[in-house]
Amino acid sequence: MHELSIALSIIEVAEEEIVKLGATGVTSIHLRIGALSGVGKRSLSSAFGLARENTACATADLVFEDVPIIAYCPRCREPRPISSIQQFNCAVCDSPVSDVVQGRELQVIAMEVT
Amino acid sequence: MIASQPRLVIVRQNVLKNNDVLARELRERFRQADVSVVSLVSSPGSGKTAFLERTLSALRSQYRVAAVVGDLATHNDAVRLARSQALVKQITTDTVCHLDAKMVDAALEDWDLNDLDFLFIENVGNLVCPSSYDLGEGLRVVLLSVTEGEDKPLKYPTIFNTADLAVITKIDLAQAVEFDLATANHSIQAVRPGMPVIQVSAKTGEGMDRWLEELYSFRRNR
Repeated sequence: MHELSIALSIIEVAEEEIVKLGATGVTSIHLRIGALSGVGKRSLSSAFGLARENTACATADLVFEDVPIIAYCPRCREPRPISSIQQFNCAVCDSPVSDVVQGRELQVIAMEVT
Repeated sequence: MIASQPRLVIVRQNVLKNNDVLARELRERFRQADVSVVSLVSSPGSGKTAFLERTLSALRSQYRVAAVVGDLATHNDAVRLARSQALVKQITTDTVCHLDAKMVDAALEDWDLNDLDFLFIENVGNLVCPSSYDLGEGLRVVLLSVTEGEDKPLKYPTIFNTADLAVITKIDLAQAVEFDLATANHSIQAVRPGMPVIQVSAKTGEGMDRWLEELYSFRRNR
């Protein structure tokens, strides 16, 4: 699974920020994680638990904010939620939708630092 | 030492920003060198290498073609692809389940991109992990073989949703394994409405013309 690579990238981002902020440590890392990001929260948490050892993030926990999929519906002419990840249809009018405008996010949005 | 109070700071950084920046650089280099870059993703055993071997052989008379292939442990794929006499380089990822932009960049190090028309990037056989990594490609192709089951797109919606074209492989075996093409098409359209789907057999050559036509059109519209 690629969650270990993702966990290492999170630590990279966090360590850069710690240096920038002149902080001494980080207690939590807040992530926005899209339903289409291709990353599983549970496996990411366990991978992060291993990857954080002996890094500046050694005592940090991950806090997740789920980002649902939103696609532009050409019929409603509005960004809309979709029926399900197995059915890319507008949840309002049921037309097929292909322009995903939200849901691929994988971002460090905030950090609690000391 | 007095422990400082924790404070919350806004960060807003993409976790894969380093990969994304490098992928953008690669895409720009490909554009400047006028090389059309196609990546292939699929499960292990879906026939990527046979399909690519046939593709390289077919293109080679008219175009300068090259391929980089990702594999966990062996060089077997590169050896097979080299039979097409195209330029081939193996990336051995050593248990890493996907290619990233850095691996592609390193693999291209001693090639002059100006000497190429088409570059194929064969990802590690995996329908999960490659979906998160931009490789700088212009066309992402997902392969599904008839032996895998028609509902695979519903099980791996993320990778199918991020692809530009779906290729159903081993179509010569469709009858033997009672593959239901309509159901497979339906599953693909459910997770990626409007995606073109073509059926091929690398063994008999069936459907290869249609696939090559897609490649020519991708290159024409670059």
